[in-house]
Amino acid sequence: MSARRFVVVGASLAGLRAVEAARKSGFDGPITLIGAEPHLPYDRPPLSKAVLDGTDLPAFRGEEVLRDELGAELVLGTAATALDTAARTVRAGKREFGYDALVIATGAGARTLPGTEGLRGVHTLRTRDDAQAVRRALDAGARTVVVGAGFIGSEVASAARKRGLDVTIVEALPTPLVRAVGQTMGAACAALHARAGTDLRCGVGVAAVEGEGTVERVRLTDGTMLAADLVVAGIGAVPATGWLAGSGLPLDDGVVCDETLFTGAPGVYAAGDVARWHNPMFGRHMRLEHWTSAAEQGAVAARNALDPEAAKPYSTVPYFWSDWYGSRIQFVGVPATDEVRVVDGQPGGDHFVALYREGDRLAGALTLNGQTQIMKYRGLIMRGATWTEGLEFTGRRRAAAMERVRARP
Amino acid sequence: MKIVVDWNRCTGLGICESLAPGVFEVDDAGDLVLLSETVSDDDLEGVRQAIEGCPTEALRLEP
Ligand SMILES: Cc1cc2nc3c(=O)[nH]c(=O)nc-3n(C[C@H](O)[C@H](O)[C@H](O)COP(=O)(O)OP(=O)(O)OC[C@H]3O[C@@H](n4cnc5c(N)ncnc54)[C@H](O)[C@@H]3O)c2cc1C
Ligand code: SF4
Repeated sequence: MSARRFVVVGASLAGLRAVEAARKSGFDGPITLIGAEPHLPYDRPPLSKAVLDGTDLPAFRGEEVLRDELGAELVLGTAATALDTAARTVRAGKREFGYDALVIATGAGARTLPGTEGLRGVHTLRTRDDAQAVRRALDAGARTVVVGAGFIGSEVASAARKRGLDVTIVEALPTPLVRAVGQTMGAACAALHARAGTDLRCGVGVAAVEGEGTVERVRLTDGTMLAADLVVAGIGAVPATGWLAGSGLPLDDGVVCDETLFTGAPGVYAAGDVARWHNPMFGRHMRLEHWTSAAEQGAVAARNALDPEAAKPYSTVPYFWSDWYGSRIQFVGVPATDEVRVVDGQPGGDHFVALYREGDRLAGALTLNGQTQIMKYRGLIMRGATWTEGLEFTGRRRAAAMERVRARP
Repeated sequence: MKIVVDWNRCTGLGICESLAPGVFEVDDAGDLVLLSETVSDDDLEGVRQAIEGCPTEALRLEP
């Protein structure tokens, strides 16, 4: 192994996994983990789920584990501000960190509502501090307006309804989640809101968020006024690449990487929400904002950065989940549009499975409360199953289920 | 090599099954079933990926 100094920028899921994988692979040189947040690495999915319900969130690892067991120097509360790929240094705070191998894992930051700076009661939901602020507002019984009917916004609405609070979601597009799961299934997921008593308004924008110091109401583009004590913007995330301007790294909605997560600059690899890499499984570049791939890429990027000669591609079938009103939505693959077929249950019900076709290939699957099925489709997609094979698999499962029902005494 | 599952952590999500279907299976009740405890060389890479992909860190390998 040639690398001597290993630096990881971004102290969250992908960054932590990078540090752990480096040690697991036998690297015994110095490791520095630089993170903008003052906190030890923690898990984000619970922020819009259990944390809003009142559960406290522990860090992934204690400080002793990171410092002593993993032997990482922690530089927290300090944002990296520049990368010099020729001198091989990262600047953070007043210090320069030299590296032989570098993993960029700065993730993404929440997009904010323009014109709401400094207005109390308006939040995004990306960090632990955000989640605590939103939770306090919910505790106080806030009338809640969520802007954006994506996954995080929908989870916030779900947490508010669980407490019996009034909540309205404002979505600019006519159908939510089209990019994530397609038109028909976006509508099927959106139906969960109405059933739970959330007021979902699609095809209308936010004209202004108003109030004296603290938010009081949201004015919509159709003239409607919504009274609000809490406004949560769930309008997407932007990859945190600002600090890389001038570094010469290829940036295009994320750090552009090849299939081994290599950025093109010697020793520099990227992982997680910030990385747009070539996914050999689908033969195209993708930037995912999913837990599973961020964790896996962190480990792959570290191993590749430390031993570039033996660099391995990262190939995956994307996977994410989201929890709404006690139901679990899961998606694997890509939301191909050639055909979407519901093969089990029905949209509008409590359970369904929909498959996505691209050419003659099974490209994706979406389930509502289909925990026992979804990963089986992921396996099929991973092995390059055809559309017909996907349908046959569904048929066999259905036949087996009928058989079991019939066999019951 | 032997697979050890921390049953207190495993939530039966089955990411492991999608990565190493010869070794892991989630049954219809949603519980993880180990199809074999010892890992063959063929399955090793998939099992390694499963350990890394498991969101609850429920899996590990023992010699
Ligand atoms: C509320 C919420 C709910 C989610 N729910 C789900 C879910 O249900 N299912 C799912 O699959 N995924 C979910 N996700 C997505 C998942 O959490 C992310 O994919 C994952 O956190 C990405 O990890 P990461 O390490 O790449 O980036 P991040 O977690 O974004 O971490 C990047 C870190 O880098 C730091 N940083 C940024 N710039 C700099 C800099 N210049 N210098 C130093 N440090 C810097 C940031 O402060 C941050 O701590 C959710 C995300 C959020 C926010
Ligand atoms: S991925 Fe982990 S939690 Fe999920 S079934 Fe496998 S071992 Fe259990």
